[in-house]
Amino acid sequence: MNFAVLQFPASNCDQDAVHVLRNVLGHSARLVWHKDTSLGGADAVIVPGGFSYGDYLRTGAIARFSPVMQAVQAFAAHGGLVLGICNGFQILCEAGLLPGALIRNRSLQFRCEHIFLRAPTPDSPFTNRIPAGQLLRVPIAHGEGCYFADDTTLGQLRAQNRILWQYVDAAGQPTDAANPNGSLDNIAGICNERRNVAGLMPHPERAAEGLLGSADGRLIFESLLHELTARAARPPAA
Amino acid sequence: MKAKIIITPKKAVLDPQGKTVQNALEHMGYQGIGAVHVGKYLEIEVTGDPAVLQGQIDEACRKFLSNPVIEDYKFQIE
Repeated sequence: MNFAVLQFPASNCDQDAVHVLRNVLGHSARLVWHKDTSLGGADAVIVPGGFSYGDYLRTGAIARFSPVMQAVQAFAAHGGLVLGICNGFQILCEAGLLPGALIRNRSLQFRCEHIFLRAPTPDSPFTNRIPAGQLLRVPIAHGEGCYFADDTTLGQLRAQNRILWQYVDAAGQPTDAANPNGSLDNIAGICNERRNVAGLMPHPERAAEGLLGSADGRLIFESLLHELTARAARPPAA
Repeated sequence: MKAKIIITPKKAVLDPQGKTVQNALEHMGYQGIGAVHVGKYLEIEVTGDPAVLQGQIDEACRKFLSNPVIEDYKFQIE
């Protein structure tokens, strides 16, 4: 499969994402500069972490107007798979591809640590390979990861099973103590209504090899690949 | 002319920065301190027809300078 990994000024997890897709999973991944207007026929798009445009104004606020984001909007509108990680999640929210916003952590501190995630539903292109009940141990590294949405939006996310990842303790419970940033409902990641665009604050690309202490993040990329393989095998719509 | 824009967090949004500033003011001994909301102030130098500018700045605030999910804005051109 061919992945496009976007690159903004001050992206800093772009190389990690390319490394995992190419060297760990054996697929093709290409960096796409923010001024490009084409995704080059990619099968899926990764919007990586970092501090695009210095986080000026608001995280992701300037990146969303990059030329490449217009291409991502069109790609998503046609059902293409888009995954935003950390700053990528913030950019997708600012772009309106995902609802809600990421605001300053409740503690006002930058949190850099490993956390546990649970994936409440396997019903998405981003979670289909995560065994029921399995917790993922992956790192977070952010100052503005507190997920906020109004009550109506939150109700829709719950009712439509669009909360894809939640912060939990080692026993799998979404407790307040396990919530590193004050996110509503311990939300670490969500998807859109069509389920083809998702974002999460934790970094699966930093936990995709045993050498790094955890390979749990790999399950998220394998889910994406599983979906892409299924789509490729499907006869084209008449 | 200048467009003077004030952006503040919506009341429903958790504002840990405002809360921390409020606590600090209380610890410093200031009396009668209530909720604090920390926002942003932008000053943009502008030229043109004030009526047109009014519409443009409003659109820029809505689309870019503020995030309507979490922030309110108000501005004046003078």
